[in-house]
Amino acid sequence: MYNIVAASFGEIFLKGKNRGKFEHKLIEQINYNLKEFKDLSIYRDFGKVFIETKNEDDMDRIIEKTRKVFGIVTISPSVKTGKDPEMIIEKSIELFSYLKEKQNIKTFKVKTKRGDKNFPIKSMNFSAEVGSRILAAFNDVSVDVHNPDVEICIDIKNNCYISSEKIKTVGGMPVGSCGRALLLLSGGIDSPVAGYMIAKRGVEINALYFHTYPFTSERANEKVKQLKEILEEYCGKIKLFSINMLEIHKAIREFCREEETTILARRFMMRIAEKIAGENNMEMLITGESLGQVASQTMKSMTVIENAVEMPILKPLVGMDKTEIIDRAREIGTYETSILPYDDCCSVFAPAHPLINPKLNSILKSEDKLNVDELVESVLLTLEIL
Amino acid sequence: MEVYLDNSATTKVKPQVLRQIVDINENYYGNPSSLHRMGLEIEKKIKQARKSAAKIINAKPEEIYFTGGGTESNNIAISGILYGAGTEQNVVTTRIEHASVYNTCSYFKDKLEIRYVETDKMGRIDIEGLKKLVDQNTALVSVMHVNNEIGIVQDLNKIVKIVKDKNKSTKIHVDAVQSYGKLNIDVNNLPVDTMAFSSHKIHGPKGVGGLFVRSGIKLNSITFGGGQERDVRPGTENTPGIVGFGEACELVYSEFKEETNKLDELKRLYAKRLSEEISDMKINSSMEDDGAPHILNVSFKNIRGEVLLHYLEQKGIYVSTGSACSSRTKGNRILEALKLDREYIDGTIRISLGYFNNADEVEYVVENIKNSVNEIRKIMK
Repeated sequence: MYNIVAASFGEIFLKGKNRGKFEHKLIEQINYNLKEFKDLSIYRDFGKVFIETKNEDDMDRIIEKTRKVFGIVTISPSVKTGKDPEMIIEKSIELFSYLKEKQNIKTFKVKTKRGDKNFPIKSMNFSAEVGSRILAAFNDVSVDVHNPDVEICIDIKNNCYISSEKIKTVGGMPVGSCGRALLLLSGGIDSPVAGYMIAKRGVEINALYFHTYPFTSERANEKVKQLKEILEEYCGKIKLFSINMLEIHKAIREFCREEETTILARRFMMRIAEKIAGENNMEMLITGESLGQVASQTMKSMTVIENAVEMPILKPLVGMDKTEIIDRAREIGTYETSILPYDDCCSVFAPAHPLINPKLNSILKSEDKLNVDELVESVLLTLEIL
Repeated sequence: MEVYLDNSATTKVKPQVLRQIVDINENYYGNPSSLHRMGLEIEKKIKQARKSAAKIINAKPEEIYFTGGGTESNNIAISGILYGAGTEQNVVTTRIEHASVYNTCSYFKDKLEIRYVETDKMGRIDIEGLKKLVDQNTALVSVMHVNNEIGIVQDLNKIVKIVKDKNKSTKIHVDAVQSYGKLNIDVNNLPVDTMAFSSHKIHGPKGVGGLFVRSGIKLNSITFGGGQERDVRPGTENTPGIVGFGEACELVYSEFKEETNKLDELKRLYAKRLSEEISDMKINSSMEDDGAPHILNVSFKNIRGEVLLHYLEQKGIYVSTGSACSSRTKGNRILEALKLDREYIDGTIRISLGYFNNADEVEYVVENIKNSVNEIRKIMK
């Protein structure tokens, strides 16, 4: 029945002069999400974006993928027609009949929006006309303007679009409308959610993954790649950098106290992330930290870790409970991948009793025993793009 | 340099085998059940493959059934026997069986009693214990010939004699996946009832295996279909796989003595050189007559087998490890059953040899294991 999807934007409307640019980003992202479909036409008509397909069978999957585009707030599967009033009426009856076969409809309402004021019949009058023709065609339904079972919406723009439902989507702002940031992506539950939340606010994200091969398996890379691919359904193309931290872990293990390992390693990760972000025109870092979740995520630990870099670190999950994060990960679709068992020896470099209240001074003293800059440079040589 | 030392996991197909597989796909793609000439031509080739597979264990061709692999063969035999067993009966097996035996037996645990015979540090079955476990109600004894992790060879003659002495009607199933084509097996002088084996462990293709079922033994079917393989394994035959398997058997048969000697010498050379070069190392495999010629299991103190594996893969050397880091899920069932020392169990790797290995590789491998172990020990100290 449906041959087109109408997408409405949210906050882009508020952005005045930038609107053209935002709409452009949005269409770019829609194109990216729908790249697998043939015979699509994507265009603007009176402030909405329309995705038209010649293959009705693709409709459900097009809706599913369009739902994931940040910046769209609702989408409506619609029937596109020309603007001949009689044709609109016929198509409306046809759509009503289609809906009636699928669900039990006793009452309905017709609503017309006339964006194109050249359309000869006024909205109210046209709604009444369509309504009476539906009543004439089906004798077991009646009009209810307050609480109808179904609402037939006739949207008259350069073309006419008839729909009956609005599907809520992920919201947010078009990716790329709000700058670029680097996500520290592990294989866990939290970091993909953190990336999602920042991308949702219009930020183009790239990701950085740390491993300690051969103390971890190459299979762990595959898991992170999978997570990246799931995020790309929302965020568009993500560049995934990887760094081998082994040399740093070896140095920490050799020269520093075991309980400081995590804090020291995290400080190195931030430094490396800052470098990579800086060299790739990214302005901020993103982590999946949530206050108090583990030893390195206490107030004191976070302070000491942040102190290693100047670049701001966004922590969108900081006030969320683990259960909330898990719920969100399930919604996004990363959870099932995140919980796959890690095929590595993760615990080799994790201290048995990590510090919970590290003191900056003593951490700095420990770092004096390491050649920090040289270590950072040496692991940067392991940079790969996965 | 690439040195593949994971031949107990799977092997590289020999070129002659590959040619057969291609030939069948190109020229003999008919269905053996078809009445026309193409059906007949491929049927004849399968008949030949059955002979080739049979002679490796001195069986009659009609006692060989082609299956989808070792796992399927074990399932068909064990389930085929136990479906017909009564609830008062029991099955005797070990804790070091391959998952396709261990889990198939476990599947029947609500129906009948599963008895586990103890094994020693080397994996040898406790013969006295076996004597006690087998009784008038024992429906099945299922043991592996060669253990895939450690390479111990069970004394099948002794086991069979003890079982049949205690209960003539007890069926004996042998998982011979690791020994088929590697050890002398003569079912004419070894009264087992069923025996499972696989093609891809002897440089044949994957997805095909065999089951020996002694004449007169009737198995309950676990799959149902069009009568192929005399209903033991219905479904259109994997003709390229079966013919390729047959070719692999012929090649094994023709050079059996030289090959097994070569493997055994290689194994001893690896054991000797590793012991000379690396301290705090244990050889878990038997170096006596009851050690399979192609499996050498060794442990290094204070390292992690997985990490060593990843170090070696960087040098093109491929080994395997059954052990997982002890912090995670339970370690390896088999290695635990073998009661390796705690400080050694995490540092276990298996070197398993095959046709394409040779003595020229040994120094390269030993050198890299030595360097990697030293490096890992330095980091993990």
